[in-house]
Amino acid sequence: MQILQQLINGLSLGSIYALLALGYTMVYGIIKLINFAHGDVYMLGAFWGYYMINTFHVGFWTALILSMIFCAIIGVIVEFLAYRPLRDSPRIVVLITAIGVSFLLENGMSYLFSSSPRDFPQAMVMHRYHLGSLSISNVQVLILVTSIVLMILLQLIIKRTRMGKAMRAVSVDPEAAQLIGINVDHTISFTFALGSALAGAAGVMIGLYYNSIDPLMGMTPGIKAFVAAVLGGIGLIPGAALGGFVIGLVETAVQAMGFSAFRDAAVYAILIVILIIRPAGILGKTTREKV
Amino acid sequence: MKKNLKYNAIWLGIAVLGWVLINVFEGVGIIDQFAENTLVLIGINIILATGLNLIIGFSGQFSLGHAGFMALGAYAAALVTQAIPTEGGFVLGTVIGMLLAGVVALIIGIPTLRLKGDYLAIATMGAAEIIRIILVNLKITNGPAGLYGLPQLANWSLVYILVVVTTIFTVNFIHSRNGRAILSVREDEIAAESMGINTTKFKVAAFVFGGMTAAIGGALHANYIQTIAPNDFGIMESINILIIVVMGGIGSMTGTFAAAALLGILDMILQGFGALRMVLYSLALILIMIFRPKGLLGTWEFSVKRLFNRNKKKAKEGA
Repeated sequence: MQILQQLINGLSLGSIYALLALGYTMVYGIIKLINFAHGDVYMLGAFWGYYMINTFHVGFWTALILSMIFCAIIGVIVEFLAYRPLRDSPRIVVLITAIGVSFLLENGMSYLFSSSPRDFPQAMVMHRYHLGSLSISNVQVLILVTSIVLMILLQLIIKRTRMGKAMRAVSVDPEAAQLIGINVDHTISFTFALGSALAGAAGVMIGLYYNSIDPLMGMTPGIKAFVAAVLGGIGLIPGAALGGFVIGLVETAVQAMGFSAFRDAAVYAILIVILIIRPAGILGKTTREKV
Repeated sequence: MKKNLKYNAIWLGIAVLGWVLINVFEGVGIIDQFAENTLVLIGINIILATGLNLIIGFSGQFSLGHAGFMALGAYAAALVTQAIPTEGGFVLGTVIGMLLAGVVALIIGIPTLRLKGDYLAIATMGAAEIIRIILVNLKITNGPAGLYGLPQLANWSLVYILVVVTTIFTVNFIHSRNGRAILSVREDEIAAESMGINTTKFKVAAFVFGGMTAAIGGALHANYIQTIAPNDFGIMESINILIIVVMGGIGSMTGTFAAAALLGILDMILQGFGALRMVLYSLALILIMIFRPKGLLGTWEFSVKRLFNRNKKKAKEGA
C-alpha cells in the first residue's frame, strides 16, 4: 500500500516534470538549443495565474488557460528578441544568451515583485479521498489528468496538423524544409509558443499543489526537466514524457526510503548511468556517423 | 631555444611589470581595499576560466561541471589550513586538492567523455551536482553551513603569481605535441583517430588538467574569502565560469583574460545599483552575445612574437 501511495505522489510530481520536459525537447529538437529560460517561463506562468486569480477572481480553469496564452506570448517574444538574431551563430553562444534571458527573468521578477515567496490562492478546495490506507487529493488527480490531456493534445497537434508536420520537417532538416516552402521562422515561433504554453500550465498547477510561488521557483525544476528530456532521449516527445515520469518516481522513491538529502544526487546518478549505457537516452536511437 | 628566449624574457618582463605597477598603484592609493578585492576575484576567475577554456575551447568538449572541481580544491585547502594555518599548510592543501580533483576528473572523464556535445554537458553538470550534494551531507565539511573562519593565506600577490604560473603551464601544454593532438581532436575527431591519435586519452588529459587548475582557483577562493559553503559551487558557479570563456572568445586565452577583467569591473561598478545589479548584468550579457557572437576577441591571441616580427617588417619596408 505504501508503495502504491508513493507511486501516486511520484506520478503527479512526474507529470509536472514531463510537461516542462516537453518544452525543452521540442525546442531542442527544432533549433538544438538548451533553452535555459524555460524554467523561468514556468515561473512567469505561476505568477500570471496568481495575479489573475487574486486580482480578477477568475476560476482555476480560466487562470490555467490565460496563463498558457500569456506564456505562449512570452515564449515567442523571447525567441524573437534573443534567439532569432543568433540563428547562424555557434550553439554555445545561443546557450549563453539563454542563460542571460533566464537571469533577466529571475532577477527582473525579484526586483519588481520581491524575492520572498507568496501563497498561491486556493482556487480549488483541496479534498482528500481515502481508499483503504491510500490517500489521493483532488489536486493530484487534476494535475495528472490535465497533464495527460495536454500531452495527448500536443501529440495530435504534432502528428495531425499542417503546422505539426512543418515542425517535424524543420527538426529533420531546416534547409530542406525551407526549400519546399515551409516558413522556418514561423515554425520555430510556433514551437516556442507550444512549449511555453505547457510550461505555463505546469506553473499554475504546481502553484496550486505546493501552495507557494517565488521568482526563483523555476531554476531547479527547469534543470531537472531538462535532465528528464535527456534521460528519455532528447528531441523525442514520448521520451520527454517518459523521462519526466521516471524522474518524478525516482525522487519520491528515494525520499520515501528516507534518503531525502540525496534525492537530487540519485536523479543525476541515474542520468549518468543511463547516458553511459544508452548515450542517446532511453528511447533515443543511436545514429552512426558516416565518414 | 635561444630564439624563444627573447620572447620569453619579454613575457617575463610584462608579468613583473604588471606586478610592480599594481604594487605602486596600491602604494600611491589608486587601488584601495575594494579594488584589490575585485583584482583578486578577477585573478581567481582567470585561473578557473583558463582551465575551462582548455576543455571547451581547445579540446572541444562541453563541460558544465567546472565548479565541482573548484569545490574539491576549496574544501581540501580549507580543511588542511584549518589544521595547519601556515603558508605550508596552504601549499599542502592546494596540492591535495589538485590531486583529488585530478583523480575525480579521471573517474568522471573516462566514462562520460565518450558522450558528445550536450549530453556530455549534462553528464558533467550532474557529476558536479553529486559532488556538491556529497559535500552538503558529509560531517567533515560541516554540511550546508560550510566552513568559516579560515585563515586568510591568499593575497593578491599569491593570486597574481598563480595566474601567471597556471597560464604559462596551460599555454605551454597547448603548444606541446600533446596539445596539438588535443587541438586535432577538436577539429575532427574521426580524422584525428585515423592519424593514430588516441582521442579518449587526450580528451581525458585536457579534462584532468582543467580540473586540476580549477582546484587551484578553489583553494585561493577558500583562503581569500575565508568562508565556503557547498552552495557556492552550484550550477550557477559553473555557468559563471562558462560565461567568461564564451564571452572572451572560445579558444582564446587573451579573450579569457579580457572577459574576466571586464566582468569583474562591470560587477564592481554595478555594486552601487543594489537590487538592479543582476538585472543590468543579465541585460549586458544578452546584448554582448547578440552583438559580438564570437566573443570579445574571437580566437585572436596576443603574441609578442607577432608584434615583434611586424615591427621588424615595417622597419624593413621603411628602409
